[in-house]
Amino acid sequence: MRMVDKATRLGRREFLRTTASAAAVVAVAPTVSGEALAEPLKTVASPTVGTLVQMARDLYPHDALPNKFYQTAVAIIDTQVAESPATINLLADGAAELDAAAKKLKGMPYTAIANEADRVAVLRSIESTPFFSRMRSGMVTALYDQHTLWVKFGYEGPSFENGGYLHRGFNDLDWLP
Amino acid sequence: MAKFDLDDDSIVVVIGSGAGGGTLSNELAQKGVKVVCLEAGGRYDIGDFVNDEWASFAQLAWKDKRTTSGTWRVAKDFPELPAWIVKAVGGTTTHWAGASLRFQDHEWKARSTYGDIEGAQLLDWPIDGTEMAPWYAKAESKMGTTGTNDIPRLPGNNNFKILHAGATKLGYKEVHTGNMSINSKPRDDRASCQQLGFCFQGCKMGAKWSTLYTEIPKGESTGNLEVRPNAHVVQIEHDPSGKISGVVYADGDGKMQRQKARIVALAGNSIESPRLLLNSHSALFPHGLANGAGHVGRHYMRHTTGSVYAVFDKPVHMYRGTTMAGIVQDEARNDPSRGYVGGFELETISLGVPFMAAFLSPGSWGRDFTSTLDRYDRMAGMWIVGEDMPQASNCVTLNAEFKDEHGMPIANVHYDDHPNDEAMRNHAYKQGVALYEAVGANRTILTPPYPSTHNLGTNRMSEKADDGVVNRWGQTHEVRNLFISDGSVFTTSAAENPTLTIVALAIRQADHLAGMMSRNEI
Repeated sequence: MRMVDKATRLGRREFLRTTASAAAVVAVAPTVSGEALAEPLKTVASPTVGTLVQMARDLYPHDALPNKFYQTAVAIIDTQVAESPATINLLADGAAELDAAAKKLKGMPYTAIANEADRVAVLRSIESTPFFSRMRSGMVTALYDQHTLWVKFGYEGPSFENGGYLHRGFNDLDWLP
Repeated sequence: MAKFDLDDDSIVVVIGSGAGGGTLSNELAQKGVKVVCLEAGGRYDIGDFVNDEWASFAQLAWKDKRTTSGTWRVAKDFPELPAWIVKAVGGTTTHWAGASLRFQDHEWKARSTYGDIEGAQLLDWPIDGTEMAPWYAKAESKMGTTGTNDIPRLPGNNNFKILHAGATKLGYKEVHTGNMSINSKPRDDRASCQQLGFCFQGCKMGAKWSTLYTEIPKGESTGNLEVRPNAHVVQIEHDPSGKISGVVYADGDGKMQRQKARIVALAGNSIESPRLLLNSHSALFPHGLANGAGHVGRHYMRHTTGSVYAVFDKPVHMYRGTTMAGIVQDEARNDPSRGYVGGFELETISLGVPFMAAFLSPGSWGRDFTSTLDRYDRMAGMWIVGEDMPQASNCVTLNAEFKDEHGMPIANVHYDDHPNDEAMRNHAYKQGVALYEAVGANRTILTPPYPSTHNLGTNRMSEKADDGVVNRWGQTHEVRNLFISDGSVFTTSAAENPTLTIVALAIRQADHLAGMMSRNEI
């Protein structure tokens, strides 16, 4: 069978960009993972970004995905909510709501909760809020429609440019008895 | 290419350019009838299609707001997207998978065969399999359906291999790559399938039959057909005697135009067609056109559907190759001992990562959900397509609370599953799970119905005027020069994907219509 290589590879340019941007902002806006966004978000202040990125990962956790995909997803949702006065405060207020729920249930801010199951319990407690709903539904496209992420799932994306799969494994399954 | 005057009242106006409207337009043009085909969406070329699920959705899908109600799962998961159909020249034949199955004979006579099912308003079609056989043959020849006319079936992909192995273990016998209107070898000046895996996004090979690059250019080359894209019809008009006189449509600039007509044939799909009839109410037709018996918009059907996805130890790469070239037909029979009437087909299906995330388990989050997606390349999938019961209360109505950009009330789509639908879906899920477990699935996921692709029945065909909206020719019982030419005429839904039947009915209707016109009967 023709397999898909799912390994993450950073090219030299991307490696430099990632480390440079992280170095530039890490002092002012550390996130849980120590990484940070290259661009500040439109609707939330820097200290809140890490909360949203952690929430994004807890909503759709994929251990094979580096944090940059979750950061990008949060930035996409941020851009979307920034477009309407009705939603411009949704993420900032929501993150505060999430921290309040975390303090109530676990006695500490959301990102300080070390255990994923404990954070999920906090998320469950705010599941009916518009903030949660927007983050959850927004993530479905903001995360999974990032084309560079598809290969991590073994999905090859567009095929026409490569002549389809007629000669590239459309019927190469060979493990059935 | 032909260009007809807005005041030309000798022409046939066809509303919609999909399986019904596109086919009817060409068939009439071939017979020398002058046709203006009005299409609400834009016109794209094969080269414009994109191998990208959301980008393609943005390009082709009918995204104008609709609302939903009822207990069907779609109303909860996709409240403003009851249907996944297309707004573009070629209509939903750009998006369809290509499955082209004839009705089984008994399905034309659902009321007689199934009896009186409580809560369902079953009716026999006024036509039958014998009458339709030659029209089906013409449709299969036109569309280049594999498994007919000595056209070889498509080769099976990895997803089919799994389906075939599991089905065989369960003892199913009728398992093959289907009757698909997708070229298995070059035909009709179109290429053969290169197994792109993007059938739903518009076939970039042109191997899949679509009116966009078959019927429509053929009709245009006769000099008798003018297709106007971005022409969204808002009203069908009549003269004081109640005869249709023309239509009003918004052109690409949003400007209203009035096109006169000798005859109007409506083929806007089962949501827009009844909506337009209802929005065309007048003093003479206070409840909407052709709605004297109150059936316009009722008996909405959408097939009993659902999907089963399975996760295996080893890679499948189900997304590679023709999406729906794989079928199990053994359960399509009517066998009430299974606990329901009617039957269902099991067909291969696959979604890319973006759509899988959206449709596998709508609303889900957390590790239970993502652990399945983590095995995306090890998944196989099938789609259930079964006959659903016509219920008068399942209906397309006008939602007066919301207007579209042209000021017309939008459609609300109401649907409740009938107990027969639920019993069938549960059995189909059970068989789908058993099929995959027979070949070693580690986990199976029961995926709820997607937004409806098979929208049927809202202007149903009936022998008696009191029972439906159109007669055996698709001519409305109430208005002599108004015809319906899409899946909304389906009296019952049968178990088969509807496109082949829509095309066969359109070819037959064109023949009848041209005859009536030449005899000056209309």
